Amino acid sequence: MSHILRIENLHVAVDGKAILRGVNLEMKFGETHAMMGPNGSGKSTLGLAIAGHPNYVITEGTITLDGEDITEWEADQRARAGIFMAFQRPVAIPGVKTADFLRHAATNVRRPDRKEGEDLIPMREFRKELKAKMSQLKIDTEFARRYVNDGFSGGEMKRAEILTMAMLSPKFSILDETDSGLDADAVKLASASIAEIGRDKMGLLIITHHDKLLEHNPPQFTHVMLGGRIVETGGAELARELHDHGYDRIRKTYPDAEAANQEMLAKEEAVAV
Amino acid sequence: MSTDIASSESIGEINKYDFRTESKAFFKARKGVDAEIVNQISEMKNEPEWMRNYRLKALEIFNSKPMPNWGGAIDINFQDIYYYLKPTDKQGKTWDEVPQEIKDTFDKLGIPEAEKKFLSGVKAQFESEVVYGSLKQDLADQGVIFTDTDSAIRDYPDLVREYFGTIIPSTDNKFAALNSAVWSGGSFIYVPKGVKIEFPLQAYFRINAENMGQFERTLIIVDEGASVHYVEGCTAPMYSSESLHSAVVEIICKRGSRCRYTTIQNWANNIYNLVTKRAVAYADATMEWVDGNLGSKLTMKYPAVYMLEPGARGEILSIAFASKGQHQDAGAKLVHCAPHTTGQIISKSISKGGGRSSYRGLVKVEKGAKKSKCNVVCDALILDSKSRSDTYPYIEILEQDVSVGHEASVSRIGEEQMFYLMSRGLSNAEASTMIVNGFIEPLVKELPMEYAVEMNRLIQLQMEGSVG
Repeated sequence: MSHILRIENLHVAVDGKAILRGVNLEMKFGETHAMMGPNGSGKSTLGLAIAGHPNYVITEGTITLDGEDITEWEADQRARAGIFMAFQRPVAIPGVKTADFLRHAATNVRRPDRKEGEDLIPMREFRKELKAKMSQLKIDTEFARRYVNDGFSGGEMKRAEILTMAMLSPKFSILDETDSGLDADAVKLASASIAEIGRDKMGLLIITHHDKLLEHNPPQFTHVMLGGRIVETGGAELARELHDHGYDRIRKTYPDAEAANQEMLAKEEAVAV
Repeated sequence: MSTDIASSESIGEINKYDFRTESKAFFKARKGVDAEIVNQISEMKNEPEWMRNYRLKALEIFNSKPMPNWGGAIDINFQDIYYYLKPTDKQGKTWDEVPQEIKDTFDKLGIPEAEKKFLSGVKAQFESEVVYGSLKQDLADQGVIFTDTDSAIRDYPDLVREYFGTIIPSTDNKFAALNSAVWSGGSFIYVPKGVKIEFPLQAYFRINAENMGQFERTLIIVDEGASVHYVEGCTAPMYSSESLHSAVVEIICKRGSRCRYTTIQNWANNIYNLVTKRAVAYADATMEWVDGNLGSKLTMKYPAVYMLEPGARGEILSIAFASKGQHQDAGAKLVHCAPHTTGQIISKSISKGGGRSSYRGLVKVEKGAKKSKCNVVCDALILDSKSRSDTYPYIEILEQDVSVGHEASVSRIGEEQMFYLMSRGLSNAEASTMIVNGFIEPLVKELPMEYAVEMNRLIQLQMEGSVG
């Protein structure tokens, strides 16, 4: 299988404020890419723009999947085409059981042409598969009966996201800070889970500012984002360098991007006040 | 887009209820309400004199009472309504005895099928009269009575007369007075001491004719230590002019008994649904109202529990869904008249497409009702900026030593929730339906499985076309 996700000259604005200013990125099925960069550099924005969040407005540039322009697609169309994002803080949907939600999601993603009201994956078949995936990822089966992300701990949320990824078998997955807020053991479990699903069975974009997740999932490519642009791309050694020495070298090497980054942070703070 | 297909399917679904039956009435009184009509109804029913006098007195009360100046806008011309329509000359004990076209109606609504599967007994009312009635033989053998109220007056006159109108007198409100004057049909249930009925008894109320008023009268007596679950469903086809449904439901829960009364009201959107429902609970008895209001133009309904003796419990779960052109003014009343009584109200309302839902509730604790506890939670979900939700909580506490809580929340469907579900492949419509179903899940899970499925399906119908 070969699939390509291509992002060209992507400009994204949120509430009229420019965040991404010309991002270029090409990912192939089976590759693991790390996206690193300081706070506010636009890493999550890139992920949300690829996933199709309506508030992340693409003002210029394109996203194509296997040559098809998906820039204007709704989030559900993208998901059905094989795009997945594991969120940093997934929102709770009270009253909706995780199993029911996953059955709907998996049906739609596997049968992209399914019309509303058409049959879902048969219950027995689905339960069997869900149970197998949960045991593979060492998730308690009681999880399936809980409401989606409702009252989940940080670790539970991340694991639920990984379980969802496993059920949807996307072509391309974006993991947004899946390691943040987790203790060392939880990170280990999360990375083992990703390896278990098989990172050769999808294209992976791991957004992080640490390298914990990368230890178990070494990237072929590391990108550094600053001021809404990818300023440098390297291999696994670049991730190690940034982890050990921070972003000082990057900030000095790309003063324009650094200025843009500071400007974005200042605006964010102004909004927060 | 997939939503187009969904909405074309939904037309077929809505038609499930929106069909008219060509039915020749056995007897149809002229339009309007006055002493002549009331006398005619009473004569047709061959009623005892006390009932005829009761009706005529109620008519005077109805005429003397002004329209309520609160709740929703009621624009009814009382003289332009048919008050009594007798569809057939006798009630069937088997479906084969019911006139074919009426049987077909209930077939389409799935009643005989449900009866076979999971009900202890069924009453089907078409216009003014109950046209079919059944009760499982073993329950009849134990002395359970499940009949229509007209037959009950004939067959159990003393029992009916002892309780009829004692919980909701004709003077209670204008529409209770109207019902008392022109009532017809409804269920009469008596559950003897200690008898616990496992499967629900169900009544189905169907209005078929245009400009029809349906005024059923239900009386339920649950004797000491007994229990029953009664379920009612209501539908009507859509006409260009309004119809009126105005029921009175009285329930007596004696010591240690339990009664649950579940309503799934899905009237057409041109029906005024103005209903008075009230129960009294004696020592250690539990009364539960589960009230789902999805249809109608205007619903004003506040099921009540008066807890008369220590240990009595009253619980009211209310779901209201107001779509375009609908006003659901729904709620609950709990009155604590004795110490150590416990009450709970959970209300969930949804407004969409310019619909308006209101929670209107009363919690009253009488002097001396020490150590009583009452908790009220009302949550509203608003699906778009055109729609409206209001909360009118009335709390009267005349006793110090009590615990009363009230929480209310109003929320809008969150963008983040929508995006989350859509990013997992759910369409816009599926995502909003899922959020709404999750919102009412705490109530739906209280319903027997068959009704929970029906409720989710009705919500889905209401949701379709809600997003453009």
